[in-house]
Amino acid sequence: MICWNSPFPMSKIHHDCCAHHGHHHELVISGLTVNYRQVLALEDVSLATSCGNRVALIGPNGAGKSTLLKAIAGLVPRTRGTILWRGTTVRKWSREFAYLPQREEVDWSFPITVRGLVEMGRYPQTGWWRKFSAVDKAAVDHALSALALDDLQHRQIRELSGGQQQRAFLARSIAQEAHVLLLDEPFTGLDRNASQLLGDLLNRLAQEGRLIIASHHDLNTVPFLFDEALVLATRPLAFGPVAEILSDDLITKTFHAAPPLPASV
Amino acid sequence: MAMVLELLSSPFYQRALATAGFIGFANGFFSGFVILRRDALSVSALSHTMLPGIALGIFLTGALSQWNAFLGALFAALLVGLGSVAVSRGNRVSQGTSLAVLYTASFAAGIALLPKLDTRQELEHWLFGDIIAVGNADIWIAFAIGAVTLLVTNLLMRPILLTLFEPNVAAAQGVNVRFIQYLIFGLLVLSLVSSLQAVGCVLSVGLLVTPAATVSLLTDRTSALFWGGGLVGGIGSIAAVLLSGPLGISPGPAIVIVLGVLFVLAYLFSPKYGLIVGGRK
Repeated sequence: MICWNSPFPMSKIHHDCCAHHGHHHELVISGLTVNYRQVLALEDVSLATSCGNRVALIGPNGAGKSTLLKAIAGLVPRTRGTILWRGTTVRKWSREFAYLPQREEVDWSFPITVRGLVEMGRYPQTGWWRKFSAVDKAAVDHALSALALDDLQHRQIRELSGGQQQRAFLARSIAQEAHVLLLDEPFTGLDRNASQLLGDLLNRLAQEGRLIIASHHDLNTVPFLFDEALVLATRPLAFGPVAEILSDDLITKTFHAAPPLPASV
Repeated sequence: MAMVLELLSSPFYQRALATAGFIGFANGFFSGFVILRRDALSVSALSHTMLPGIALGIFLTGALSQWNAFLGALFAALLVGLGSVAVSRGNRVSQGTSLAVLYTASFAAGIALLPKLDTRQELEHWLFGDIIAVGNADIWIAFAIGAVTLLVTNLLMRPILLTLFEPNVAAAQGVNVRFIQYLIFGLLVLSLVSSLQAVGCVLSVGLLVTPAATVSLLTDRTSALFWGGGLVGGIGSIAAVLLSGPLGISPGPAIVIVLGVLFVLAYLFSPKYGLIVGGRK
């Protein structure tokens, strides 16, 4: 996104990106295949979407949802396929992509404050040595207030609730000035209120022009939380607007005769 | 007191104090990373592989000297430590498991070698350390390792912290996670070897865990773990060497005892997290 490098103060940068530029930044994935050793984890995934969208990755356990997120973020080697972001091939990783791990994969007892966690998002900008400048500090302040974490910024991360932990990582990706957010099961383990808040936040972040891609397991909430969906079972079965994708027989086929489960959130 | 003053005028003693202070600081600093990695137990396993390494060094060269002992310990610990990282990369075996397998196997090999060595008694010196007998070669080894560890960890502090906190997020931010993990392991082994002369194989773990563990009870600041750990390790080690004479105990154990006492004091009386004083939430 061009505006990220602009000299404007942070507060002016975060306008609706898409409206701002009058065009959408495209993410085009073609023929993406990932092997873990001998095992085929992801086969020939192609999709094209653009910023401003919230894309759900749905499919049964082991369908490759996490693998796809990790492959886009550059965490697992891609066997074949290309990823094109804003017309440029992403070779391994991109500073504009932020990966948000599943909450249970994070060591929450790590001695760091919320602010410290968000500051880590600036490291790609600062490099390994440069001190934090006024711009970096402003970016961190902005990210904290955008996710309503100002009052919690000096707390240890272990003292946060599940929803707050999710927001802390979102703030980190905002401080990183990430344009594409890759979230692994962000709604898992959140109670109803926290889920609703997170859903609203993701909606707002998408409207500001970010592309949100998240794995998600609760089919019932997909229509409320996402714009597009990719149905995965190692291979992509369908991709498109949520309303079209969630037709009954496709879901039945993918989840092997299991009709949508009652809401678990 | 007179005894301490008399000891202080001895060049041996001055050298011992300087070495203890420096090793204590460097290893105390590095203990911050051990705490953040949450693998104090694997450090303990690594420390035990140094003994068979020393035995192997003596066996191969037929003599016991500073250099073959250091190199043997370094070789064994690197082999076992990096080997366990490599084996666990396949996701089939966890690093704890592979480390346990490799270190017990090498320890057993060391025990099997012991009867074949002429210098068995002197091995005790390496098991428990002897800082008063510290020679010039020991001092240079310890200083060189400490300087390298401090320099490298300070230069790469950000990628190291990113990796220790969450390797996946670090990799997504462009950190070469594999390189950092091997680097930390390599520096850990070097730090262990550097404290051989001061506290010996078995107790070297104490210097590499206790200082930052103590600091972690006193503060939440990440950076304080390193610098605070260094101060606790350095000052604690010097105090222990000073106390060991009047108390009539060996300096090596004294260092680890003093650090242990400091830890217990922090555990009981930490203003924030202490059992007795602290206002736990």
